[in-house]
Amino acid sequence: MTVVIDRVNRPEPVQRQGPASAAAKVRAKDARSGLYKPRTPIYPKLVHGRWRAIKWALLILTLTIYYVTPWIRWDRPGKLPDQAVLVDFAGRRFYFFDIQLWPQEVHYLTGLLVIAALGLFLATALFGRLWCGYACPQTVWTDLFIYVERLFEGDRNARMRLDAAPWSFDKLWRKVGKHAVWLGIGFGTGGAWIFYFHDAPQLIRDFWVGQGPMTAYVFCALLTFTTYVFAGFMREQVCIYMCPWPRIQGAMLDQHSLQVTYRYDRGEPRGAHKKAESWVGRGDCIDCRQCVVACPMGIDIRNGPQLECINCGLCIDACDEIMVKVGRSKALIAYDTDAAVADRQAGRKPVYRLVRARTVFYAVLLAAVSGLMLWGLTHRQPLDLHVLRDRNPTFVRLKDGSVRDGYTLKIANRSFEPQTYQVTFTGVPGATLKSPGVDADRPLAVEVPANEVRSVRVFVTAKPGQLSSANMPAAFQIRSGEAQATAKTLFLSGAAN
Amino acid sequence: MSDQERELDHASGVETTGHEWDGIKELDNPLPRWWLWVFYATIVVAAVYWVLMPAWPGISGYTKGVLGQSDRADVSRELAALNAQRGVGAKKLTAASLEQIEQDPELQAYALQVGQSVFGDNCATCHGAGGAGAKGYPNLRDDVWLWGGGLADIHRTISVGVRSGHDQALGESMMPAFGRDQMLDHAKVEDVTEYVVALSRRPANAAAVQRAAQTFQDQCAACHGPTGKGDLAKGAPDLTDGEWLYGSSRQAIRDQIWNGRNGVMPTWEGRFSPETLKALAVYVHANAGGGESATD
Repeated sequence: MTVVIDRVNRPEPVQRQGPASAAAKVRAKDARSGLYKPRTPIYPKLVHGRWRAIKWALLILTLTIYYVTPWIRWDRPGKLPDQAVLVDFAGRRFYFFDIQLWPQEVHYLTGLLVIAALGLFLATALFGRLWCGYACPQTVWTDLFIYVERLFEGDRNARMRLDAAPWSFDKLWRKVGKHAVWLGIGFGTGGAWIFYFHDAPQLIRDFWVGQGPMTAYVFCALLTFTTYVFAGFMREQVCIYMCPWPRIQGAMLDQHSLQVTYRYDRGEPRGAHKKAESWVGRGDCIDCRQCVVACPMGIDIRNGPQLECINCGLCIDACDEIMVKVGRSKALIAYDTDAAVADRQAGRKPVYRLVRARTVFYAVLLAAVSGLMLWGLTHRQPLDLHVLRDRNPTFVRLKDGSVRDGYTLKIANRSFEPQTYQVTFTGVPGATLKSPGVDADRPLAVEVPANEVRSVRVFVTAKPGQLSSANMPAAFQIRSGEAQATAKTLFLSGAAN
Repeated sequence: MSDQERELDHASGVETTGHEWDGIKELDNPLPRWWLWVFYATIVVAAVYWVLMPAWPGISGYTKGVLGQSDRADVSRELAALNAQRGVGAKKLTAASLEQIEQDPELQAYALQVGQSVFGDNCATCHGAGGAGAKGYPNLRDDVWLWGGGLADIHRTISVGVRSGHDQALGESMMPAFGRDQMLDHAKVEDVTEYVVALSRRPANAAAVQRAAQTFQDQCAACHGPTGKGDLAKGAPDLTDGEWLYGSSRQAIRDQIWNGRNGVMPTWEGRFSPETLKALAVYVHANAGGGESATD
């Protein structure tokens, strides 16, 4: 197709009303929710029941763990910190009760993350998104923030009325009060976080008089802000748009995973029900929408499993309350599997299969990684030895013809006690070991203070007759009681023999 | 380019500027609002900045700003803090003797750190980064020393230097240029060369060695000793140890007898603080094995 552009007879300019450029069009559309869907406010209604009770209990438990942990004291000898859980960036140590990790041992952190991931996979494959519904910080803090909101503004209907009402003194103080408490919780959250990284009793004093480290203020401010915004304003938007986990779920779940499920086999056909009416020929769902108004994610569980659903079970509680009132049995919405519902629909007996290839696979992997970690933790040596061989010069010839090599030993004492390590050298028969400032006649012993690394210069001298090759494999060994470590190196002597 | 009338572009609904290049016209889109507001904001920030911070140059100075910010003051404060921090280690080094420094593991580690950095900046140019030396520059890692390898000897050599112009500089005695200054003739220099080769237990011309024996005793023994073992007090090298500063070949030995090169090492007393000198001495001694073998 040929497009002819007529440059001679230009078209008459068209007069338009208002902006008409492409950008202006999009902008105009955006203002009426064109590119992005604006958030529809959700006013979850308070429910009572088993799952709500479990959620309250877990909220208290998880928040208690979070706020209390940095304040647990744990006696460690000497100058070592007495805080049970401490990530000491300045001193480059991680303390966790009796375990102490050095930066070189970061693989334990990797292992922990792998275990956490596999644990999450297994739990999801078995019981659905329990993490999202009960333990995720986003869920827990959002729940707490909604609780505060309810204290100031009342339950769902009162909140909706208040938001729609014009500004008044009553509305003002409720809003201000709510946001003040939210900010307070946010500040408490950020404040608790920084205690994991510094000595808590010291930091809390320094913090208020402006003597704390800059990172403490920055992270406190950052977490105050994110808590306030994520739990107060963004809420379900974080789960739906920011969190990768809902997408990963798809790969973890199958038709045998337990999920919050609307049992459509029993509920349909739904419809309003009057007291005296018969239940024959219709489903148990009376379309009261209590499951929808209770949902913190603002979805209708009757539409089936959804990306937005965090499996918190609040709709189960809401529905159970109604089912009891209308005199039907509970659990129209329940933790159930897609397969079981389909079975019942087809008139078969539902089968629940917890043991499946997928769950066995996750469980075996989880056991293997946990076992490996446990073995590593119980078998770790409280000492470490590294040998740096001098490379310039690689060796020196002495007056009597013997050859001397220099080494730097880096001895790490990872125990909480000062240790004296006996140093031995093997690989060159009859070679003598010497360290500057140490009496040459006695065996070489190096003292290393608790929890420190000491580097020691050592020199190995060998007579020409003892050298079988210009490049002899050798090793240093350090030993203190039961603990020992060996590091391989070379003894170089050029063409000495 | 030709200026024409502004017209309304029918595709975008925006006026043109009236400029045209080969049929291409420019739309007169206004600056984005956000951009304009940021631009105004920078102007406001600049005005605030002039008040708070040092900004405008004057004839004899500049406006200081109400915050009193000064990079120069910051730097001197940080330098003072650094010196105060260094002072802790320096004090320990000053208080301890060289032996004490080497024997105390913590002080030794500190001295080695200081020594390594000072050596790398000042000594490595001649002696090499690892201290292995080069032709004309002694190897500091072995047990052969011209001026003694004990801690005190090394400390003295570093402090006063060799032929450095320092009052107490080492190297008052010099290796004469026997050939160049016509103290010995060609034949005698050749003979003495053979004699020196023989001293280091290498095969040599026996007749020449025989002829040179008396010459060596007359000319060389005063410094190098009757058996050629050298003299630490004079910095006269041991000729029997197989270690040669200017090379071990006959040619190199003959050159040295003929030309009599004398090495020079600067004095470091004025450049380094006393505690740095100590640290450097311990560093050199420790890297030469730090043992008694280093004392001769």
